[in-house]
Amino acid sequence: METFFQQVINGLVLGAMYALVALGYTMVYGIINLINFAHGEVLMVGALTSWTVVSALADSGLPGWLIMLISLLCAIVICAALNFSIEKLAYRPLRTAPRLAPLITAMGMSLLLQTLAMILWKPNPKPYPLLLPTDPISLGGPVISVTQCLILGITVVVLAGLMYLVNRTKLGRAMRATAENPRVAALMGVKPDMVISATFIIGAALAAVAGVMWAANYGTVQHSMGFLPGLKAFTAAVLGGIGNLAGAVVGGVLLGLVEAMGAGYLGPLTGGVLGSQYSDIFAFAALILVLTLRPAGLLGERVADRA
Amino acid sequence: MEMKNKIGYFVLAGLALILLPLFAQYFGQGWVRILSQALLYVLLALGLNIVVGYAGLLDLGYVAFYAVGAYMYALLASPHLAENFEWIAAAVGTNGMHTPIWLAIPLAAGLAAIAGVLLGMPVLKLRGDYLAIVTLGFGEIIRVFMNNLEQPLNITNGPRGLDRIDAMHIFGFTFGKAINIGEYRISSVVLYYYLFLALVIFSVVICHRLETSRIGRGWMAIREDEIAAKAMGINTRNMKLLAFGMGATFGGVSGAMFAAFQGFVSPESFSLQESITIVAMVVLGGMGHLPGVILGALMLAAMPEVLRYVAGDVQNMTGGRIDASILRQLLIALAMIGIMLSRPRGLWPAREHGKGAPAPVK
Repeated sequence: METFFQQVINGLVLGAMYALVALGYTMVYGIINLINFAHGEVLMVGALTSWTVVSALADSGLPGWLIMLISLLCAIVICAALNFSIEKLAYRPLRTAPRLAPLITAMGMSLLLQTLAMILWKPNPKPYPLLLPTDPISLGGPVISVTQCLILGITVVVLAGLMYLVNRTKLGRAMRATAENPRVAALMGVKPDMVISATFIIGAALAAVAGVMWAANYGTVQHSMGFLPGLKAFTAAVLGGIGNLAGAVVGGVLLGLVEAMGAGYLGPLTGGVLGSQYSDIFAFAALILVLTLRPAGLLGERVADRA
Repeated sequence: MEMKNKIGYFVLAGLALILLPLFAQYFGQGWVRILSQALLYVLLALGLNIVVGYAGLLDLGYVAFYAVGAYMYALLASPHLAENFEWIAAAVGTNGMHTPIWLAIPLAAGLAAIAGVLLGMPVLKLRGDYLAIVTLGFGEIIRVFMNNLEQPLNITNGPRGLDRIDAMHIFGFTFGKAINIGEYRISSVVLYYYLFLALVIFSVVICHRLETSRIGRGWMAIREDEIAAKAMGINTRNMKLLAFGMGATFGGVSGAMFAAFQGFVSPESFSLQESITIVAMVVLGGMGHLPGVILGALMLAAMPEVLRYVAGDVQNMTGGRIDASILRQLLIALAMIGIMLSRPRGLWPAREHGKGAPAPVK
């Protein structure tokens, strides 16, 4: 039973990070129907930026939490600027092009960011300094680290903020209107270009937060770290029903839990035949299963081809 | 008169292609090897072109089918299985399986095709973007299996890969050894070059015939407007499955060729990077246009060799941060974005339908 609760905690933490990234996918997809392949790379850039800042400030004598906060803010700013320019340079000119064109550009952008990161930060994996207290907090059996507590807390705050933004503010209403029908929204005085830019910026900020969390939780950063979280977060978005914000969160948490359970129980249950190295497969198996059985996702909106 | 000219060109091009490796030989076997590998890439690009170019389905895990074909051939034509499974050793003897290629290649191609159809079935009725991401995931799944299927049953031998794979052999003639004609010696890589050349020509003919057939027109109709295609009575789902399966078959055959050519396969050869490179070949040259695709494949296959000469200087200038492989990746990425933005139909695109109508006969 102790393993179970431990894996629930691990799964929630993992799921929180997936949810943050999945929101970026789902918002962009909801508005311009594009899978932004480069989104996972934005997470990577966030993590590496934060690593640079943290390494530079490590000996400055500032308290650990302050350094983390500064690095988080830097990561958010850099990622937001990056995603804003990506949209402007690579996706905007192709908005009316055939569907395959922006998808291939996005793929190229993902490869470009990875390569540039490899050049800028060198390809070797780098240890992420431990700035927060490392003593685990015991919950009467299962343990949770301070970092994990913070991840859960920050995710809840960020999600609440996002919900407020989308449901209560003028920008949020403009976003929802553009997602529904960009042309009618434009007639109502919404500037679609501005809304799309704002969406990319918000998505990037969420990815940057997730990237810093990922780095702090796993303790290493590398140019290739964005690929798998990106792919899985997209899976989470599809799982919950792409284009649906609540769905992305549900999908992310669910995927995190499934994966943690898989990692914890797959070995013992199959008598060591299938080890935890297969846990990566769960996400993709889940994706294929969901697309077969319930293509609209758990909380889904329509996904069938309207062409 | 015009027809005669055309045949003349074909004969000339054919002669040049046949003599090319014999020239390249003088500069070292390495160059012939590069030529053979480039032809293998052309084969892969032709296969992916059916999926991406004709049917307009973005497949980002194409290398998975390549891997399935390569591993299937490797398992059927190496001592690995007999060494690890007693009952197989009992059946085939201790020196391992040496399945004739007439069985091994169809099995490799068939397995890849089945994998393609099974994967395509749930996704192909959805929007194209889902296919991209599912194929990407499928590529990862195959890689995880390749890396981990050594316990409890050692099937893929994990990251160490499979070695001692039989060379291609047809009617007692093996491509693995050099042959001597009098004084003249034709090495194994040159033999493989001819084999791959024959396969490429065969594939080009198949693709060309497909392109002008009812099936090809159906694919292109789906690519241009799926709903209109459906309205015209095309069974879009089956046609898409057919394209996907056929592309996978090409991948499987290329994989078997790769395994036999290298004599060794490991998960490293089948990374996502490889999938993206093949997509880039098709996109760069001109989706759905055979000469364009071949051009794209040759360009990207030859690029690392050209870069090798430049990379040294760049490496020194940047303090070792950019080496040949990084430079190649950078150029591929920039090319994918740049081509899509400036020439979305590729460097050598097909004439657009309806716009390039034949001139009236005089």
